Amino acid sequence: MKKVRLATVWLDGCSGCHMSLLDIDAGIIALAEQADIVYGPLVDAQEFPENVDITLVEGAVSSQDDLNKIQNIRGRTRVLVALGDCAVTGNVPAMRNSIPVSRLLQRIYGEGPTGKLTMPVEGVPQLLPQACPLHDYVHVDLHVPGCPPSSQTILTVIQDFLAGRNPDFGSKVKFG
Amino acid sequence: MPAKVLSIRIDGELVKATEGQTILEAARAAGKYIPTLCYLEGLSAVGACRLCIVQASGTNRLLPACTTPVQDGMSVTTNSPRLAEYRRIAVELLLVERNHICAVCVSNGHCELQSMAQSLGVTHVRYPYNYPNLPVDMSHERFVLDHNRCILCTRCVRVCAEVEGAHVWEITSRGIQARLVSDLNQAWGDATSCTSCGKCVQACPTGALAEKGRSVEEMEKRCGNISALAIHGRVLA
Repeated sequence: MKKVRLATVWLDGCSGCHMSLLDIDAGIIALAEQADIVYGPLVDAQEFPENVDITLVEGAVSSQDDLNKIQNIRGRTRVLVALGDCAVTGNVPAMRNSIPVSRLLQRIYGEGPTGKLTMPVEGVPQLLPQACPLHDYVHVDLHVPGCPPSSQTILTVIQDFLAGRNPDFGSKVKFG
Repeated sequence: MPAKVLSIRIDGELVKATEGQTILEAARAAGKYIPTLCYLEGLSAVGACRLCIVQASGTNRLLPACTTPVQDGMSVTTNSPRLAEYRRIAVELLLVERNHICAVCVSNGHCELQSMAQSLGVTHVRYPYNYPNLPVDMSHERFVLDHNRCILCTRCVRVCAEVEGAHVWEITSRGIQARLVSDLNQAWGDATSCTSCGKCVQACPTGALAEKGRSVEEMEKRCGNISALAIHGRVLA
């Protein structure tokens, strides 16, 4: 049987959704028999590959790099899942959204104990004016809220997809 | 003179109602569920949240069940795809209006807005978030008001005026600018008419009003006590 190509992505989030994914424990062995994890923080691939069947995206779109990534990923994946509240609503990363980016950076990097501006400028992507949910930028096929979604919920999403079912949570998932 | 008995249909079922009852009261008395957020039994009804909208025979307009009186012969539909869609829209608009970050909220897991979104199957919000810059009033000795989580349901306003009799709270401004204010738009801690009874906190459906010192998920409200106080004048054991 041809294995399903599964990817996971970590944008502006705390990695809690990936921790929850790992919490499926032994379930990951059964999963590995049906799916190849072709990209993500859990594997080595450097570049997002072509022809991915399902991608689970954790985190909000906060920087130009996040935006480039999600647009590239959308073009290369068949089913895009917004995994967790940051990807679905913006969540905690979006708490900065009422503050202008220049003011935000000044406060964090410029008003430290030394009073010196130590703002990193090289090798870090530019922040977007606001941290936003994925569906503000790309089409999302399935929203899975939760902070994080339970490991059982994540496993159900993947298993339903592997079985060719359309995951339907109805009222089983919640924000927070 | 006893109140006149009316016959109405709710979801096709024949139900007896009394004149002066609202659709919501008649439905609840008949064991029918209509979702609500701004309604709290025992307090006056204001029809602010639009979650309780129903379809009634003779009009194409959707009516708020909490403020619409029953009429003899009325036929009411409490649930339909159309109603479910409008209820989801109402919840989504509440979620975009302020900064509802469930994950870091004192009321996470005990919030009526959160559980309403869940029960209506709202897994994401289709409208752009507003991300307003709103203050948190920490000036009261025992309680906190976080405007980021307020849905302007006015349950605090009503319980304070109608049960406690202090009338500390009011809504100022209109539309997107509407804000909950204490006394003459003073900090809550400076509101001399506040008796610090805490009824507003218990009546609040979200984490907008909370006890100080509560962390994420730790604020459970006792709305049932508020209704009992309002109806029976005491908290039932």
